[in-house]
Amino acid sequence: MEMNCKHVWEYISEYIDGSVEPALREEIERHLEHCQICSAILDSTRNILILTADERTFELPVGFSERLHERLAKELESTG
Amino acid sequence: METKCKDEAGLIARILAGEKELFHDLIRPYERMAYLTVFSVVKNAEDAEDGAQDAVISAYRNLASFRGEAKFSTWLASIAINEGRKRLRKRKLAALESVDELEEEHEGDFTPAPLTDWREIPLEALERKELREALRAAVAELPDIYRQVFTLRDLEEMDGQETAEALGLNVGVVKVRLHRARLMLQKRLVPYLKTTAPARKGFFGRLLWK
Repeated sequence: MEMNCKHVWEYISEYIDGSVEPALREEIERHLEHCQICSAILDSTRNILILTADERTFELPVGFSERLHERLAKELESTG
Repeated sequence: METKCKDEAGLIARILAGEKELFHDLIRPYERMAYLTVFSVVKNAEDAEDGAQDAVISAYRNLASFRGEAKFSTWLASIAINEGRKRLRKRKLAALESVDELEEEHEGDFTPAPLTDWREIPLEALERKELREALRAAVAELPDIYRQVFTLRDLEEMDGQETAEALGLNVGVVKVRLHRARLMLQKRLVPYLKTTAPARKGFFGRLLWK
């Protein structure tokens, strides 16, 4: 039975993680071959994940690491 | 990864045996993780920094109780989550989040935004400040239970099992929340990112492109 778009959307996240079963994966891929909308949804979701995971998106506060190690050094000293 | 874990176990043993200065090296690869994890709970930079520092100190003080059944990173993430929750309670901004699975009944539209063509990964687009802000805002606007799972899984690249352990959830719940978080982000961000897409017209282009 041919998968419809909504059905494919339910598995987008697992498909990206490569955790769908092989038979289902094949079905999804058959659908993606001819469905421009689902292909673009998949690509855009994947790309958004790449962009959000980029370190430039969530930067640490300037000096974060220095302050952390400074405090840790004090803690290490105090525990003699 | 295997070697990293072995090195880590060695480092931990040496720290516990008295070479406490090595704790600086043990924690260095996880600074970002500690910060982002607390941030996913408290949603502001100042509390996230304080919480991350407290989590690291707490990990040092309690290192002897780390038994190596979980990965060190998972153990540290669960401490960081607790530090975040402590701060939330203190601020009384939110009640301690229940891990009750009824929360999965969350109202919401978990369908993606349709578009026809966006295959580029415009990493250079991240140079634009407004895009970085849009990405941050979209993550910040996720409901708490989705943002926390998304942060651990997709920003910190922990696996489903580790995320479940750190948050005290089961793996199935992590999977559902991650799926919803990703689709919500897609829906929220596509209209914004579409402007950076190549203007190739597909078969449905006319229908979908206003």
